[in-house]
Amino acid sequence: MHIPDGYLSPSTCLTLGAVMLPIWYRASAKLKRTLDVTRIPLISMGAVFAFLIMMFNVPIPDGTTAHATGAILLAIVLGPWAAVIAMSVALVIQALVFGDGGILAIGANTFNMAFIAPFIGYAVYRLLSTQAVNGSRRQFFASAIAGYCGLNVAAMAAAIEFGLQPLLFKAADGTPLYCPYGFDVTIPAMMIAHLTVAGVVEGLVTAVALKFIISQSADLIMTSTETAKEGER
Amino acid sequence: MQRCVGWILIVMAFLSPLGLLTKGTAWGEWGSVDLQDMVGYIPQGMKKLAGIWQALFPDYNMNFLGEGLASEYAGYILSALVGSVLIYVVSMIFTKLLIHQKNSPVS
Repeated sequence: MHIPDGYLSPSTCLTLGAVMLPIWYRASAKLKRTLDVTRIPLISMGAVFAFLIMMFNVPIPDGTTAHATGAILLAIVLGPWAAVIAMSVALVIQALVFGDGGILAIGANTFNMAFIAPFIGYAVYRLLSTQAVNGSRRQFFASAIAGYCGLNVAAMAAAIEFGLQPLLFKAADGTPLYCPYGFDVTIPAMMIAHLTVAGVVEGLVTAVALKFIISQSADLIMTSTETAKEGER
Repeated sequence: MQRCVGWILIVMAFLSPLGLLTKGTAWGEWGSVDLQDMVGYIPQGMKKLAGIWQALFPDYNMNFLGEGLASEYAGYILSALVGSVLIYVVSMIFTKLLIHQKNSPVS
């Protein structure tokens, strides 16, 4: 899901970058207000976890590959705003050092994987885990479904960004300037990969890792009632 | 707990070549040359933008390790380690700066 440079028009990149600016600002402000010093290493470890899990490419039946992101796990464990920061750091280093995802496309890639994925996943988790006890089976399934949904909505966002290009940007001779595939190709391609394989992996990673973290130290994860109280403050 | 997670991350870094077992490219992440084979041309805008950035270790390859499967796997593990350290340090500095700002009376 790391869109390389050249697939999106500069204006698309600029727009999504402009969308990310207030999100990054809000995330920083939120962390500044609520972050406890003892949780700093956890956020950094979360960012590293996301980076590493994205290296585990899984095969897709159509011959392409995809991967989980860890974004939804981070959102559940660290909170969605901290997940925005951790995912963004991982994505920026991936783009700068390893050329995984474009430099111009950083706005688009962070929008998909550092904003859409954690927030959609977190919303689904909150919805499904209401009143669920830490370590319960319901919490396990809620986090799995959250991972599945979060990644798939992010994949859909990427598919829309790709698919818009040939509609909006054409050369003088009528050939597409950037991504040459329209929605009829991008949506099925991205969604089949993520609905069938990558989303399932993301769900499993989210649920299993969350279960493990709770077994180690349950107080790290706030149950939804506690988070609700936190929100009121 | 943190120590335990640290060990898990290190194990993940060393297992990362498992991610190389699958040979294809992710959808939409092809290089211009692959795209030329697929659609018959390289889109003009893409030609201009695709090479805008030269990454230090493109596609998690450490070219100085040489060719071959073993080097590819070693490069991937080394990339995992280098990337992990960079990401850990950068996010540590960023969050520490945030906390610092919060505690300093000036802001």
